[in-house]
Amino acid sequence: MTDTATARTLVIEREMPHAPEKIWRALTEGPWIEEWLMTNDFQPVVGHRFSFRAMPVKNWNGVIECEVLVVEPPERLVYSWSALGLESAVTWTLTPTDSGTHVRMEQTGFPSEEGANYKGAKYGWQKFIGNMERVVGGLD
Amino acid sequence: MQAVTDNVFRALADPTRRAIFEHLSRDGEQTVHALTYRAGVSQPAVSKHLGVLKRARLVRCRHAGRETHYSAQPQALAPLVDWMSVYGAFWRDRFDQLENLLKRMDP
Repeated sequence: MTDTATARTLVIEREMPHAPEKIWRALTEGPWIEEWLMTNDFQPVVGHRFSFRAMPVKNWNGVIECEVLVVEPPERLVYSWSALGLESAVTWTLTPTDSGTHVRMEQTGFPSEEGANYKGAKYGWQKFIGNMERVVGGLD
Repeated sequence: MQAVTDNVFRALADPTRRAIFEHLSRDGEQTVHALTYRAGVSQPAVSKHLGVLKRARLVRCRHAGRETHYSAQPQALAPLVDWMSVYGAFWRDRFDQLENLLKRMDP
């Protein structure tokens, strides 16, 4: 199923001056998640299927289909993330530090057939047009 | 893959080429003559632009009689449909929001 040749990983890391337990709450309690990410019906239960809902835009209903894969409070949280022609997994890793917590978000995924054929391509096209001036401006 | 992406970006960095490519994407196959008429530049200039687009695989040509017909190959944009750049911007923004929220939450 997974074409490892095209799977790619995005990593974002930040130090936050807060305890892992507090950050864990922000990552796993629905109303808090909504405050910083999106409306959701998340439950910190392995196997729970849920969705994030963003504002619908042209060619996309704004729904991200997810499933909880790993719940290890307050250290590790993994859910699948399927939207816009992307099949991916989002992994949160919280590591205590002297001054708070090292927060690491890793998203590993690959474009799906559906996306390559239709949705992702359309969205990408719009995105591309929107960003083209800016991107090419940095090339020369 | 990076080289392919750069080719595509460079091909589309020029406004005239961009207009030609968008025209072909929107209206379908066109002859060089028709494209020249629309582009507002000389036919050799249009042919040169089409050559750049062709090398980036953004257009394809076929010969029919004395005319060359060009059509857009939008799948050449695939290298640019890069989820990592889209989600990179998305998650950085959400990290900011998360930090703002953490400041408001009880310890």
